[in-house]
Amino acid sequence: MFDALGNLVAYQWLGLQDTPLGAALHFFVMDVAKILVLLTSVIYLMGWLRALLTPEKVRAMMRGRSGPGARLMAVGLGAVTPFCSCSSIPLFIGFVEAGIPLGVTLSFLIASPMVNQVAVVVLAGVIGWQMTLIYVFTGLTVAFVGGYVLQAFRLERWVEDYVWKIHMGEAALQEEQDTGLRARHDYAWNEVRQIVGRIWKYVIVGVGIGAFIHGYVPADFVAKIAGDGSVLSVIVAVLVGVPMYSDAVGIIPVAEALLGKGVPLGTVLAFMMAVIALSLPEMLILRKVVKWPLLGIFAAYLATAFVLVGVLFNALRSVIA
Amino acid sequence: MKNIKVLGSGCANCKTTLKLIEEIAQARGVAVDLEKVDDMAAILGYGVMSTPGVVIDGKVVHAGGVPDRKKVESWL
Repeated sequence: MFDALGNLVAYQWLGLQDTPLGAALHFFVMDVAKILVLLTSVIYLMGWLRALLTPEKVRAMMRGRSGPGARLMAVGLGAVTPFCSCSSIPLFIGFVEAGIPLGVTLSFLIASPMVNQVAVVVLAGVIGWQMTLIYVFTGLTVAFVGGYVLQAFRLERWVEDYVWKIHMGEAALQEEQDTGLRARHDYAWNEVRQIVGRIWKYVIVGVGIGAFIHGYVPADFVAKIAGDGSVLSVIVAVLVGVPMYSDAVGIIPVAEALLGKGVPLGTVLAFMMAVIALSLPEMLILRKVVKWPLLGIFAAYLATAFVLVGVLFNALRSVIA
Repeated sequence: MKNIKVLGSGCANCKTTLKLIEEIAQARGVAVDLEKVDDMAAILGYGVMSTPGVVIDGKVVHAGGVPDRKKVESWL
């Protein structure tokens, strides 16, 4: 259906068959339409079912827990709790104050932006279920293992002192549970407006970059710089991804175009994760609650983990394909 | 007069929420004492982790996003 829309606009209306511009435009129209439709439907549906967890509820569920079960729970809840990076400070303090270990809190902070229902549905719609399962599984593993690795560095030393002194109130929010159809619709529609309103820019830019790669960048050029799947190329992919920042949904069309040009799966995964989970603005926000050494270790762990993921999947590619 | 506090650390959504409440209060001619709280300890003191949050006369009525227009109208 979206393919047909792309055909209609790029080829039938504008007559751009067999040109790079036509290919790029086709990709752009198809992906913008497809992603916006998927995005809107999945957010609306989840809003309607009130399936979105809030950080306050997660905190209450996790209170005072540690151990492997709590870690699994943090990662799982992170994956189903959407949160805006502007909330990462109160979230961090709230978790620490509830006695949730730092490693578990960081696990949550890694998992939450990387894996969420919205990204999963869009990813599956754009590049298929197989790739989506691999992405989700590795993303959650990186978050889970990260909790243990980071804890080993005794990071508590580098949490700003004032964080330990904050006491959180128990003014539990009385959310009126009006479950009538009208109320559900209003709530769901408001969610759509807010989330789409926040991430549409990333989608447009992401699809634009994807369309450019798809239409103009020759496959052999891509193959030359990123195609061999060597360890070095994965490291470069991660280093290129770190300064970039995008919502998970925005990077999907770029990944799609790269895969289409024959860039190995591992390299694409490493790049995607670096863009989504490791970003300068996010680090600067977290700097308000933790000191530089902690951020350095956090970033170093993630970069290393992404390189390992990339190398692993490049090595496995003959087995998977 | 109602005392309304908007909890938030200066993100775009917090500003939108503040403006929305101001606008609706004005449109309905309701006098409100509108306040912006950006101190993290104070925000967490209300038990709110996802900003923006809204507190009316000391009670948390909303958290985690811009409230919709109807919800704001029901508060005033």
